[in-house]
Amino acid sequence: MTVTTEAPAAELGRARLRKEDARLITGQTNWTDNIRLPGMLHMAFVRSPYAHAKITRVDVSGALSQPGVIAAFCGADLADEQGSMPCAWPVTPDIVIPHHPPMAVDEVRYVGEIVACVIARDRYTAADAVAGVDVDYDPLPPVLDIRTALDENSPKVHETGNKCYEFVMVNGDLDAAFRDAPVVLEREYRQQRLIPSAMEPRSVVASVVGDEFTIWSATQIPHIVRVMMALTTGIPEQNIRVIAPDVGGGFGSKLQFYREEVLAVLITRRLGRPVKWTESRTEGNLSVHHGRDQWQRIRIAADHDGRIRGLSVDLLADMGGYLMLLTPGIPILGAFMYPGIYKMDAYSFRCTGVFTTKMPTDAYRGAGRPEATFAIERIIDELANELGVEPLELRERNWIKHEEFPYATVAGLTYDSGNYEAATAKAKELFDYDGLRREQAERNARGDKVRLGIGISTFTEMCGLAPSRVVGTLALASGGWEYASIRMLPTGKVEVLTGSSPHGQGHETAWSQIVADQIGVPFEDIRVLHGDTQVVPRGLDTYGSRSLAVGGMALVQACDRVIEKARVIAAGLLEASADDLEFSAGRFAVRGDPDASKTIQEIALEAFTGHNLPDGVEPSLDSDATYDPENFSFPHGTHLCATEVDTETGFVKIRSYVAVDDVGVVVNPLIVEGQVHGGIAQGIAQALYEEGVYDDDGNLVTTTLADYLVPSAADLPSYVTDRTQTPSSNRLGVKGVGEAGTIASTPAVVNSIMDALKPFGIRDIEMPCTPERVWRAIQNSGGAA
Amino acid sequence: MTHITVTVDGAKYVDQVEPRLLLVHYLRDVVGKTGTPVGCDTSNCGACTVLMDGVSVKSCSVLAVQADGSDVTTIEGLANGALHPMQRAFHEEHALQCGYCTPGMIMAATDLLRDNPHPTNEEIRDGLEGNLCRCTGYENIVRAVRRAADAGVTQ
Repeated sequence: MTVTTEAPAAELGRARLRKEDARLITGQTNWTDNIRLPGMLHMAFVRSPYAHAKITRVDVSGALSQPGVIAAFCGADLADEQGSMPCAWPVTPDIVIPHHPPMAVDEVRYVGEIVACVIARDRYTAADAVAGVDVDYDPLPPVLDIRTALDENSPKVHETGNKCYEFVMVNGDLDAAFRDAPVVLEREYRQQRLIPSAMEPRSVVASVVGDEFTIWSATQIPHIVRVMMALTTGIPEQNIRVIAPDVGGGFGSKLQFYREEVLAVLITRRLGRPVKWTESRTEGNLSVHHGRDQWQRIRIAADHDGRIRGLSVDLLADMGGYLMLLTPGIPILGAFMYPGIYKMDAYSFRCTGVFTTKMPTDAYRGAGRPEATFAIERIIDELANELGVEPLELRERNWIKHEEFPYATVAGLTYDSGNYEAATAKAKELFDYDGLRREQAERNARGDKVRLGIGISTFTEMCGLAPSRVVGTLALASGGWEYASIRMLPTGKVEVLTGSSPHGQGHETAWSQIVADQIGVPFEDIRVLHGDTQVVPRGLDTYGSRSLAVGGMALVQACDRVIEKARVIAAGLLEASADDLEFSAGRFAVRGDPDASKTIQEIALEAFTGHNLPDGVEPSLDSDATYDPENFSFPHGTHLCATEVDTETGFVKIRSYVAVDDVGVVVNPLIVEGQVHGGIAQGIAQALYEEGVYDDDGNLVTTTLADYLVPSAADLPSYVTDRTQTPSSNRLGVKGVGEAGTIASTPAVVNSIMDALKPFGIRDIEMPCTPERVWRAIQNSGGAA
Repeated sequence: MTHITVTVDGAKYVDQVEPRLLLVHYLRDVVGKTGTPVGCDTSNCGACTVLMDGVSVKSCSVLAVQADGSDVTTIEGLANGALHPMQRAFHEEHALQCGYCTPGMIMAATDLLRDNPHPTNEEIRDGLEGNLCRCTGYENIVRAVRRAADAGVTQ
């Protein structure tokens, strides 16, 4: 018997097809909205049609009189028990955190805020009964523009005023950097409001049996929901079970603890019957948290040769009407990323959080980092223009060289690894950078009506949230660790528990690959369990591209412990010293005597029977681990976008898109490529198509997918993707990949449009760069030089 | 209430339904075919696409009473013993992540190839314009439909 012939092929790096797919392609999924419990009732909400108003009267009797309606409640009915929705990220000591009742009691602060609910026997009856609830409002003036909301005479969203917080960070001598700087540029960029638009609408089912509550929710964060539910409702945490069944995408929108989740629990407690609520898309656009919505003022100081001296950033960030789970912290995540991949002497960041009468903002794919990357990559292009330097050349003069890692940045981070030269060289080659530059020059020379632009984004980002001590210094009321457990079953199969709760990322496949490699069992013999607080006792769930870099490392740590225990058992069985055993490909062999060996499966059976265990060894072979990362992970890459801009219609067509990403060691290249594709698409969507629009009265105009333009296959290009591989400093060498594409692509596209329109002297076009906006900019430009 | 007879995935169902009941809610709530999900309320997203008498329809835009006498195929009835080649192509090309749009995308894609067995990539993109995906950026969906087309899938 030889060890080598039995060794399973290495799983890391293998393009395994996904285990998850079997149920997803056959319709055997378990979405929350599929759940039907005996006696289950359906809930529908009455939502405010006003952006800002006093509630003077609510009368639910018209709903109660309808056949099939079981109950109806307004905020006053629940006032004593509903608590206040939590904000877990008080970014400054003097931040204003307004009272935030799950159901409004006396005032509403955005269109779509919940003012009453009806509960009926079926969803159609519940929806009908909403019209039977009579609410009187006394309208108040809306507050819609964060640039004027802090004026003294502005109407107030809350009694305390419209300022939520001011966060300031200064590193280095900024005055010295800007004093006598030969070149200083200042720009203002707008990050429009976005609506995350996961394809699965939110849904929640709550039930109570005795004093035990079970909540099924389309959430990214079942473990966090459990804690928040206990804190908000006072239900003891041990009596709450939260299950995230199959979840159809999140992109940050389901990294939230929602009013509707609390209300489902309160209503089920009142009625003693299970309750379900599933939103319509329109209801979701109104009441799923929104993303971005910032004004960014950015100043950069440089020497004549383009060396960056300093950077100063001043943000206004729209909080919306209330603070949700992480609302104030999202722009602060960007604070560390404005310097990007560049070296500089000094940096200052200031963010003012502002209340408005709009839906609150919170995490949306990238969360703070796309905004930062956009601003720095845009102004670097502007600086290149100003200096007459080729934009890639200017970047290279300023970026951190590969031999300089680990590198302590001016924003206070330590980038552990990177190779910007390698990624850029590969991207240039795939893109035919020089050829496209030649074509661009030709088109410009002949005054072609379709101009060609080349957009560059040499990005990095911080993800893998996060070292607990670091997030502690940022006042986040949570840690950043992740949990995993490995359970060897008597038959030699393996159950893997992960605290990271997937919603499309492919954990069941990638985690199986990692565990297969670590403990040497076949990929097929592993089942990954997740998304249920009763199955996985703890976890911090899925967001911030953390699952692999944190949760994957927890797996490795748990595997280590299983192997160590198995080694002791094997030593006993083989009558050898544990130190003399070599473990490889799932087998312990006595050094120098390969025939004397035991497989991990044989040891699992021994551990189960307990017949021959060494003294003091417990009869089980499993272990859990909680991993707290030492650092963030810093994926980076170079994205290049070529657009053709029709100067007569303003229509922008992406002609080619090349992305070379460095996400460290890759577990599954198929999954990584898919994440990059989807990420790029979402960033392009911000650049060209999507915007959440409120009218002057504070009504959301973009309530449907007919108005809020999530792009289709026909709107998006094909992508060329490739990778470089610079291992990160964790043991697997992995980084996050979930948000990188979105962070990179928005500035690549907009830089490309601006590059195409450079002959027209156009400096900026607000996103989304719709044909109308591009056409107007061209019309107002006075023509090409 | 209206009396309807509908064949769904090969089995005949006779029901009394409200005239306003949407086909997708009939499939999900009455027949129990929850493999077909709902993604919007304006017929933009296509997640609820099924085949009605062999032609793709968005089942949120059809009333159950309009399906009276029809033969409806959902994602749950597409596999006939083995996976349908389009299902296999989606798996093999990693054309899904969260999978919520997938049932509708697969049903629309099979209908696309029935209409046009040899589409160009651009025709695939145009043909799937009524089905939105938020995860994949569509690249691998196009590859999957391409793979199925190259394998000669026409229904």
